[in-house]
Amino acid sequence: MERKMVCISCPLGCRLTVTWEDENDIAVKGNKCAKGESYAQEEILAPKRVVTATVRAATGAVRRLPVKTNLPMLKGYIPALLNRIYKLELRPPIVRGQVLLKNIEGTGVDLVATRNLKKV
Amino acid sequence: MKNNIYDVAVVGAGVVGASIARKLSAYACDTVILEKEWDVSFGVTKTNSGIIHGGFHYPTSTLKGRLEVLGNIMFDRLQQELHFPFRRCGILAAAFTIEEMKTIEKMYMQGVENKVIGLELCNRDRIHSLEPKLNPDVVGGLHAPSGGVIEPYHFVFSLIESAKKNGVELRTRFKVVKAEKRKGHFLIQAENGESLRARYLVNAAGLYADEVSAIFNAEHLQIKPLKGQEFLLDRNAAGLPGKVIFPVPSIVSKGILVIPTPEGTCMVGPTAIEQKDKEDLSTSQSNFATVFHSARRLIPKISERDIITSFAGLRPTLKGNDFYIAISEKQPELIQVAGIQSPGLTAAPAIGEYVKDLLKKAGLVLTERPDYDPFVDEIPRIRKLSPYEADALVQKEPAYGEIICRCESVSEAEIVSAIRQGHTTMDGIKFYTRAQMGRCQGGFCSYKILKILQRETGMSIEEITKRGLGSNLITDRVGGLAVKDPAAAPTGTEEVK
Amino acid sequence: MIEKHYDAVVFGGGSAGLAAAVRIAGQGCSVAVLERENELGGILNQCIHNGFGIQRFKEDLTGPEYAERFIEMVEELDNVSIFLETTALEVTHGTPHSVFAYSKRYGVIKIECRAIVLAMGCRERNRGNIGIPGTRPAGVFTAGLAQRLINIDGYIPGRRAVILGSGDIGLIMARRLTWVGVEVLGVIEIQGYPSGLTRNIVQCLNDFNIPLYLSHTLSEIRGKDRVTGVTVTPLQDGKTVTAKSFDLDCDTILLSVGLIPDNELSRKFGVSLNPETGGPFVDAGLMSSVPGVFACGNVLHVHDLVDYVSEESERCASFVVEYLNGTYNPLLHHPIVSGANVKYVIPNKYLPGMTNRFYLRSLIVKNKAELVISLEGEPLKRKNLAHVQPSEMVSFSLDEQDLSRGSESREKKLEVSIY
Repeated sequence: MERKMVCISCPLGCRLTVTWEDENDIAVKGNKCAKGESYAQEEILAPKRVVTATVRAATGAVRRLPVKTNLPMLKGYIPALLNRIYKLELRPPIVRGQVLLKNIEGTGVDLVATRNLKKV
Repeated sequence: MKNNIYDVAVVGAGVVGASIARKLSAYACDTVILEKEWDVSFGVTKTNSGIIHGGFHYPTSTLKGRLEVLGNIMFDRLQQELHFPFRRCGILAAAFTIEEMKTIEKMYMQGVENKVIGLELCNRDRIHSLEPKLNPDVVGGLHAPSGGVIEPYHFVFSLIESAKKNGVELRTRFKVVKAEKRKGHFLIQAENGESLRARYLVNAAGLYADEVSAIFNAEHLQIKPLKGQEFLLDRNAAGLPGKVIFPVPSIVSKGILVIPTPEGTCMVGPTAIEQKDKEDLSTSQSNFATVFHSARRLIPKISERDIITSFAGLRPTLKGNDFYIAISEKQPELIQVAGIQSPGLTAAPAIGEYVKDLLKKAGLVLTERPDYDPFVDEIPRIRKLSPYEADALVQKEPAYGEIICRCESVSEAEIVSAIRQGHTTMDGIKFYTRAQMGRCQGGFCSYKILKILQRETGMSIEEITKRGLGSNLITDRVGGLAVKDPAAAPTGTEEVK
Repeated sequence: MIEKHYDAVVFGGGSAGLAAAVRIAGQGCSVAVLERENELGGILNQCIHNGFGIQRFKEDLTGPEYAERFIEMVEELDNVSIFLETTALEVTHGTPHSVFAYSKRYGVIKIECRAIVLAMGCRERNRGNIGIPGTRPAGVFTAGLAQRLINIDGYIPGRRAVILGSGDIGLIMARRLTWVGVEVLGVIEIQGYPSGLTRNIVQCLNDFNIPLYLSHTLSEIRGKDRVTGVTVTPLQDGKTVTAKSFDLDCDTILLSVGLIPDNELSRKFGVSLNPETGGPFVDAGLMSSVPGVFACGNVLHVHDLVDYVSEESERCASFVVEYLNGTYNPLLHHPIVSGANVKYVIPNKYLPGMTNRFYLRSLIVKNKAELVISLEGEPLKRKNLAHVQPSEMVSFSLDEQDLSRGSESREKKLEVSIY
């Protein structure tokens, strides 16, 4: 099989050609660094994305607190995670980096706050 | 009010209806003004070019020619009483050929006959010194120093405010759908189920004057919409002239004009295209070329780079092309005020007087109110004040210090006063304050206005509209819609490292 | 009226203003930052997605995280005064410059200063600027406004959206809308190539199978009160092919059709503006045509990465400090102009005897391009570029050595071209 993709590991955006017979034998062409190869492998085997969203803040200077996953998350888990995030409600104070959900669905990925939320 | 019957119901809160209602507010007379939209001035008036005409386009033999000249001279006093943006910047009609100069001379003679003060014919040097941005090919023209520009919607807001202050009642969202002649009065019913009674009726329903006339079993009228598209240009536009610039008119319309608005922006247009649909306000790309070609012919520095927005309006035209203002021959308690297209805005104050006299003639007894107060309070506008004046104001009223609209320098206090005057749609606030009207078109201020509107009115975010029913801006809150699994998107294996 | 005096006033507390303020204050000068909103950080606060700071911090940060790093730096400095919910409306240049800043809290403050940093950022092009025909219903939003409404206020503007323009904000918003439950029917791009970064095409469109209609235009908006649909028309050789038009039933339209540096205050200072960038003409130290008035970030020219904004603003700040110390000599700067295939190069001047950093935008799309800087028609420096396209900013430097040959020549004007 062959798939063309653009490496998004960095802004350079190398245009990759990925060919494979089975999942243990993936060949990558067009990458300028090693990141390209691992990116392509992951895109074929288990594509992951960092998820960003906002959580309702009960009270606070801002109405919604921005959050992210500390690691890229398997794509298949993302919609359920988002629906879960939107049901949360947080009380300040929250500090940037604070873990809001730990080890989501056993993936080892945490949801963390991406800004401070002071008490009013 | 005697037996809960109004003396007069005015249908339509555009510039005509508002002028009539405000005139009636000087008399001991129970007046109600009925408007189908959510706010006043939301019909034909909203998209008016805002020109106070110079009295040379129509002959004295026409009603509109006479009312235009009479209306024009009433604006200085109205402005002192009502404080709307208005400037007698003067009007130029520019001729490119000797042939066109002949038409100019005719217009001059017409103006003189109409008793317009200050009209002058200009040779090449004179017209270019009056407006240095004119195309060098202009050979001469007409100068009407009494012509000017106005913010039409603002004028209506002020008229209504004054009328309300003197006892006139305003009913918005009151679309007249049915009427019955009862003993000595009309029973008027609205689409929303409300009803009221009035002894006299003034039909100032603009585009819908024909429908209203039919509802009251009066004359058969046929209003045909004539669409005009205009382009609003940035206040920094190099082509912004000092005076209103007309070409030599054609038979259909006065042509494409270049208009310096009283608030410092520039408008070019309007087109004149007949259509059937009274609701269709869509703009078209083909008009762009027509308008800019004609405008650039007058002022070569006009550039499409300066466009802020484009919009279209409809003129309510009637067969015969003159105003039809008369006591109905079928309903002696109904005054018809129909076919009020250009120069309707200029003529509006005179129409108010004229209709008042017709009502008297129809039998309405009008006695002056001893407590009539023609003045309304002037709301301070932060952009009109020096920093020192502004500082003094903010010390008294802090909300003047919070600048909500950066493009047009509008403060929070001005937004709040718009809302308290009853302008509770985003467009209503825009027309009252100018916030969202500048170059960013609300990109930076609309979220702030949404917040103020919720705070001041108690409306929820989902209830706030652009200009009334159905034009809601926000449909949901984050978390209110389920995030769907993009089944089509490739998903990963279930293995976890 | 309250009167205040500072060495420098920074207009805007976003990424550019913060970086400039930190650097100026770090050198011991007093600074006031005027910010219109109720918090620092500017547009970064609504950019809750990641992808920021990879160049600057070698970390993948979200907008708020990137902003807070600078906010914390600025808050640690006691010679920076922050004025929130404050808008400068009137300014006059002179010695000193004076600024009238309006706020609820203090009324109008008169601020006098010797140097000004313009860091107001940019605004979005809107429907009026591009003239989409049709009705004027509710439901048409600029992408940035929609982003603000969703990410800061938690308000969703509609349920079925079409996005016009494949700029980065439009792409980011395609993903954001999907992630809050809105259906995105497509992204329409008038050019034959996307105008946003490739990684955003991949992560924001391809991930969700959102169609990208290249060489298509929005030919009509329908709906009386609220948007009910749009007509999309393909372009062939720059002309619309009406016969191949199709409709999309949406209730929302997001416009991501370009950004314009927001130079209202610059105009009030009398700064001369460059029609190519929409921002001020600046010399090698990023000083505008008005002495003591500097500009950096998106008010100068629209950047594609905030990392570049920070870098440029810090560089600008160093020159502001030189200016305040009386060691800034604009007479030593010489012009650098756009040659073949270059839309613009910023700054518009260079200073021999130091390393000059430039940002430019290409007019062409090309693989394996070459950047050539020449003096009197003779190449002074060449640089290979793997790929150029108008949407991707190119940066390059000229150091003392590169410029040494120029010092002997009488003609000092450099020309930058892409071949």
